[in-house]
Amino acid sequence: MTEALTDIELTVEKGDIFGVIGHSGAGKSTLLRCVNLLERPTSGKVVVNGKEMTALREKELQQERRRIGMIFQHFNLLSTATVTDNIAFPLKLAKWRAPQIKERVDELLELVGLRDHAAKYPSQLSGGQKQRVGIARALATNPDVLLCDEATSALDPQTTQSILQLLQDINEKLGITILLITHEMHVIRSICNRVAVMDGGRIVERGDVLDVFLKPQHPVTREFVGQVSERPDGGFASARHDGTVLRIQFVGESTYEPVLYEVVRETDATFAILQGTVSRMKNTPYGQLLVELRGTSGDTDRIVRRLRERGVDVEVMS
Amino acid sequence: MTFENVRWDEVWQATKDTLIMLGFSLLFTVLIGLALGVLLFITSRGQLLQNGFIYRVLSVIVNITRSVPFVILMISIFPLTKWLVGTSIGVKGAIPPLVIAAAPFFARLVEAALREVDRGVIEAAQAMGASKWTIVWRVLLREARTGIIAAITVTAVTLVSYTAMSGVVGGGGLGDLAIRYGYQRFQPDVMIVTVVLLIVLVQLLQSAGDQLVRKYSRR
Repeated sequence: MTEALTDIELTVEKGDIFGVIGHSGAGKSTLLRCVNLLERPTSGKVVVNGKEMTALREKELQQERRRIGMIFQHFNLLSTATVTDNIAFPLKLAKWRAPQIKERVDELLELVGLRDHAAKYPSQLSGGQKQRVGIARALATNPDVLLCDEATSALDPQTTQSILQLLQDINEKLGITILLITHEMHVIRSICNRVAVMDGGRIVERGDVLDVFLKPQHPVTREFVGQVSERPDGGFASARHDGTVLRIQFVGESTYEPVLYEVVRETDATFAILQGTVSRMKNTPYGQLLVELRGTSGDTDRIVRRLRERGVDVEVMS
Repeated sequence: MTFENVRWDEVWQATKDTLIMLGFSLLFTVLIGLALGVLLFITSRGQLLQNGFIYRVLSVIVNITRSVPFVILMISIFPLTKWLVGTSIGVKGAIPPLVIAAAPFFARLVEAALREVDRGVIEAAQAMGASKWTIVWRVLLREARTGIIAAITVTAVTLVSYTAMSGVVGGGGLGDLAIRYGYQRFQPDVMIVTVVLLIVLVQLLQSAGDQLVRKYSRR
């Protein structure tokens, strides 16, 4: 029997939006299910909120699961229950009293913006609305952790953005730690601050999203990064270049500064932009440029040095 | 055509007998079959209480009772029937064999209806910290309710045709009347009356069932 997961050692800090990315079959779904023990690992420990989940008895585990919300790709709502009853379900399980349940459900409907749909059944809702019900249900018992199983994979791009926005708001307002899995790099780029890349049941790369995004090491990571950015390395070969080609990466506020212009102006060299992107990742701006410098080799060396002094990442391509 | 042979008081008595047999046998069939169906489902592979041994034992028992023809089943369980209801004849004596024949059939239908419940909904309930018992009551049976109503309807109709055999033990009822007068005494008028009544009964059961399914459907 082959193992679904091997050598997994992963820590998610409180308040993180931690993304796990991988192709289908990479083991990310199994990893997520190990957190609330929907799948029990054959060896090793799972600790959530300081509690060792793997050591709990059935009843204790059920209690502890109420502190971990979960949302799903296909929403998994009760088709026979209204929006209100779906959201109330975990509260009834936790034996809340009816007036408190009503109050809490109203609060949650407000939070996810479904006030006008309280009496509808899931079949009467759009995908995005169903996921909002799923989120409200997951948050009902005030969990500390929210697990998201491909939560936006069944939604169209616009709805995906609104759900991601909602998740980010929840993280910021309620301080809930979010662990999500996805196969879409743009999800990671939009809301995550940390990321782990999985391949063949192992974590092959991990770190701050920005670092992983700008300097991907593993081939699988490169491939995912390629989904969302034209990494400036190909394509310039055909360009007519007599000069030196540089790959330049800006991160943070320097992205919007005229750094390149100022540095080049100190010399007699000129430059041409061959390729480039300026965008933001979560809330951090970044830029990636491929430029060709035309000037003496002395000028070129000076420019590279000066750029590095100003904190810009420079790689000499040719 | 005249209905000279039809004794309406007998027809009325037979109708009552059929309804009594149907009512009681359906009640117990649903109670026992529902429990059995849930047990079959949750012990099957990949489910809440996966247990290959229990599943196979139940499955074999269900298959055996379903393969024995009703009349033979009825006769072979006389002692059990007598022990259960004090007699093995009459309307009362007909009910245990009806239940024993129909409950396994109904259990299979319930098992199939539960299989239709979205696996993800069960997983979501587990993730919310629901116990297995809660999942059965508040998720499985609730989500499968239209399938179960449809299964009850099919079972009720099947029971109507089984009751016709109860004449063998003097159970009476419309089917018995049709066989005794219509078939054995060549009185086609009696046969027509009883058959028409049976058709009406089955129609009523089916449309009541369909209406309930529509009422509770949320798809």
